[in-house]
Amino acid sequence: MITVTDKTIQDINAKIADGSVHVVTAEEMPDIVAELGPVGAAKEIDIVTTGTFGAMCSSGAFLNFGHSDPPIKMQKVWLNDVEAYAGLAAIDAYIGATQLSESRGMEYGGAHVIEDLVAGKSIDIHATAYGTDCYPRKVLDTTVTIDDLNQATMFNPRNGYQKYNVATNCTDRTLYTYMGTLLPDCGNVTYSGAGVLSPMYNDPTYQTIGVGSRIFLCGGQGYVTGQGTQHDPDNNFATMMVQGDLKQMDKKYLRGATFHGYGTSLYVGIGIPIPILNADIAKATAVTDADITTNVLDYGVARRSRPILRQVTYEELKSGMIDINGREITTSPMSSFHDARAIAGELKDWIQKGTFYPTLPVERLPNTGVVFKPMKQIGEQPTVADVMAKRVITIQQGLTVENAAKVIMEGNFNHLPVVSDEDRLVGIITAWDIAKAVAKNKRDKLDDIMTRTVVTADASEPIDIVARRLEQHNISALPVVDKHSRVSGIITSDDISKLVARR
Amino acid sequence: MKITLHATPDITPRPLIAEVILETRALLNIDRADVKPKGGEVVIDVPPDIYDQVAVAFEKRGATITALEQPLIKDDDECVNCGACISVCPTGVISFREDWSVQMDLDKCVQCGACVTMCPHGALTVLKS
Ligand code: SF4
Ligand code: SF4
Repeated sequence: MITVTDKTIQDINAKIADGSVHVVTAEEMPDIVAELGPVGAAKEIDIVTTGTFGAMCSSGAFLNFGHSDPPIKMQKVWLNDVEAYAGLAAIDAYIGATQLSESRGMEYGGAHVIEDLVAGKSIDIHATAYGTDCYPRKVLDTTVTIDDLNQATMFNPRNGYQKYNVATNCTDRTLYTYMGTLLPDCGNVTYSGAGVLSPMYNDPTYQTIGVGSRIFLCGGQGYVTGQGTQHDPDNNFATMMVQGDLKQMDKKYLRGATFHGYGTSLYVGIGIPIPILNADIAKATAVTDADITTNVLDYGVARRSRPILRQVTYEELKSGMIDINGREITTSPMSSFHDARAIAGELKDWIQKGTFYPTLPVERLPNTGVVFKPMKQIGEQPTVADVMAKRVITIQQGLTVENAAKVIMEGNFNHLPVVSDEDRLVGIITAWDIAKAVAKNKRDKLDDIMTRTVVTADASEPIDIVARRLEQHNISALPVVDKHSRVSGIITSDDISKLVARR
Repeated sequence: MKITLHATPDITPRPLIAEVILETRALLNIDRADVKPKGGEVVIDVPPDIYDQVAVAFEKRGATITALEQPLIKDDDECVNCGACISVCPTGVISFREDWSVQMDLDKCVQCGACVTMCPHGALTVLKS
């Protein structure tokens, strides 16, 4: 239904051209809609600007180096020792944000190469090839800046998540994740996303966002090129694919980042203008932090589905503290609200000055019916139950070191779980513990020398998770226990290596 | 204000801090201690009015102390004001201002380095005294 308040994009762009356009940021809109109502607001306001500035791992850039003489068909190429994908023609490459430097590791990655290019720094190029009649050259080393490249096009398959999960850690050790350092025992909470300024939350049915929408991208003008990978509109996890000219971009809105113990990522600044064509769109842009709900997940569980601890709004997250299981826990954002604001503000400025004209998409992003499927895996991951030794010898609590030594000698193994009268696991003894005890002449009570906090495994866990647990605790075997702490098996790093060798 | 006490192997076995507290009656607060038999460092918070007396008391016992001028440095060109560092700080040094830029109350900093590890942008450095 067309009402008197409806506008076309041409009407709005004509107002930009004559300087009479009325632009506000998405932070200003809730009050305006509350005061004027959606119809009044749609009449008054022409464009609402949004912004977000956070880590977007699925980012990168296509670079074209021009031809060398003699020419080379790059088979592999490294930029400051970070490998870029060169499997397209001769001198094109795609540098991805999360690829790590081969010499500097996590400290420097593709994201930093992109930042350095934008900052005008020189980049060392090393390329290798097999050589052909038309491209005889096999090795190339040179140094370039962004000005030496023909095209440098940012192309990000998945950016601008509508909202994101919140992370905490219920285990007893510190985790290093793409959501930052997560302290043990739910010691902190991290989140991401701009809430009230979130581009896609301000137009949640994507009436104005889709293929061809002109956007603010890292300080330049870019475009949405389609739905992002893993686009999941039904769960409000929409994403978009974006593209823009790296040569227009500004380091202020594009930053390489390193998450300690995880790797590199790119902080990408995106701002989307929402043309207020009608009252519906005006109403949607009145969204506030309190209206946006997301889930707090336990990142201590390294599985595809992590347990949900509670629901939370961005308003609660931004207050700096949230309640988890009766305790107040400090939150911190991983994305910058300060800079998201700067982006929404800068985009507003551009439009007011007449240097940016919004477009309507030639095709809207799908707002329903897209499913984010899990990976199809053939050959199920072996679990602990497939690999563990099912016959385990245990020893009763209260016996002596001497007794334990005898059992270990006879059985010719290294790890001896200690169990209580009710058959529950209470400790573990290794051959090494016994050797140490004997050397110190502590031969009687087993209880004095056993390890009491035993790291264990569950029979249903995938092997990779248990292998990582062994590595982290620097141990070589784990007792497998059921939910009553009864020992049902033992799994050793030897068992795992043998399995890996067979794969 | 904060001082770093440099413990050497000859003084680690002695109850040095207790002696200084008894002598000066200063309310010393140990912010961080990293002392092994070979020696190490202890960061101590000292009430400013009694600082001179405390310094003398440590020095006459053969201990070296240095005042911590600026425990933590933030490179404002690298900082994007994300605030990731806020939630890992054990003493609540870092917080948002009204405009969502981060501020630091460095008097509370115990130089644990947790924020340095957390910062995705390499903007923070703890000064090793
Ligand atoms: S070093 Fe960082 S985390 Fe540690 S106390 Fe100082 S500000 Fe807080
Ligand atoms: S984590 Fe680093 S970039 Fe983010 S606010 Fe703290 S110092 Fe700045």
